[in-house]
Amino acid sequence: MAERSESEEVKLLGMWASPFSRRIEIALTLKGVSYEFSEEDITNKSSLLLQLNPVYKMIPVLVHNGKPISESLVILEYIDETWRDNPILPQDPYEKAMARFWAKFVDEQIYVTAMKVVGKIGEERDAVVEATRDLLMFLEKELVGKDFFGGRSLGFVDIVATLVAFWLMRTEEIVGVKVVPVEKFPEIHRWVKNLLGNDVIKKCIPPEDEHLQYIRARSCVLSLGFV
Amino acid sequence: MADEVILLDFWPSMFGMRTRIALEEKNVIFDYREQDLWNKNPILLEMNPVHKKIPVLIHNGKPVCESLIQMEYIDEVWPSKTPLLPSDPYQRAHAKFWGDFIDKKVYASARLIWGAKGEEHEAGKKEFIEILKTLESELGDKTYFGGETFGYVDIALIGFYSWFEAYEKFGNFSIEAECLKLIAWAKRCVKRERECF
Repeated sequence: MAERSESEEVKLLGMWASPFSRRIEIALTLKGVSYEFSEEDITNKSSLLLQLNPVYKMIPVLVHNGKPISESLVILEYIDETWRDNPILPQDPYEKAMARFWAKFVDEQIYVTAMKVVGKIGEERDAVVEATRDLLMFLEKELVGKDFFGGRSLGFVDIVATLVAFWLMRTEEIVGVKVVPVEKFPEIHRWVKNLLGNDVIKKCIPPEDEHLQYIRARSCVLSLGFV
Repeated sequence: MADEVILLDFWPSMFGMRTRIALEEKNVIFDYREQDLWNKNPILLEMNPVHKKIPVLIHNGKPVCESLIQMEYIDEVWPSKTPLLPSDPYQRAHAKFWGDFIDKKVYASARLIWGAKGEEHEAGKKEFIEILKTLESELGDKTYFGGETFGYVDIALIGFYSWFEAYEKFGNFSIEAECLKLIAWAKRCVKRERECF
């Protein structure tokens, strides 16, 4: 166990289908940290969530010995600095800066662009798919010669980019377009296989069937404009 | 071997200002290279192929992009002088949260003040003031965002202060009238950092 003391209290306010929540679970599990998970209904937010994250009112929120931390990338770095076993970020400042850069790229570029596909059809949808692929090509090149973004083992960028592997790529069925075809993105497909060979990842990602059902239902809601 | 530090930047950029301030705080000697954003230099395109934006910090030939990431890098590479971030993990997380908030919120709303008209412009103004009030509330009665010492969050925000007069002219409003404490903070920072402006 990697806990610092017996009286350590770690709680995660999260949501089972959220990539931002799941990445925190991956990090805590990798580090062997015991935590209490509290499932939030994002359509009916608890007063606890609103109190602990008054700025954004969003999950995930990590609460460590009563102190809340919000924003998943900030939480991941906090976890890495607090529980030092199985480091997630590289030690070297330059490698660390590169990891932070790619993580930010996944969240602020790939995710934001890919989300625009919701409710779009025809040419508009094709344009979003093309834009997403252009961005994914940067990740494709980053993976050449590596098992993971972190090198030989899972790291910060891999944990963040599970968003691509298990959310973006799972929506392909529903969107009806192969956004990440294997012939264009062989490295990404190879990397997804490597992720699925990791026990922590397998344990922490949402179960596929329920997840696809949820995405299907949510896409309908979002397309109809009931966000 | 002596460090070679180059900064590709654009003089009015509030993001470039952060990196300039961080380097100055650490007494790092750097080669400032002004960039023409309408006619981008091959070195900028080579060093930041993903975003093609300034600022780009090039340390011994290796580029670091994104101003907040550059600040953390500078703090880690030159740790002995004037820490920009606290050492306690919770305090660090708190500072990074607010740095990220500034990045997500301030520029986008400010852009609507000078870049949009009609309803969008009014909405931008309203949102901008709300965001500044949120930051003011976070500052509270502290001298700087980190407490008694000037640091990461102060540096993340202060570059926008040099744009306030422009926002006020375009928005036809007074930021000081809405956020007196924040302006007082900004003046304290300027007094401290006179060389950087």
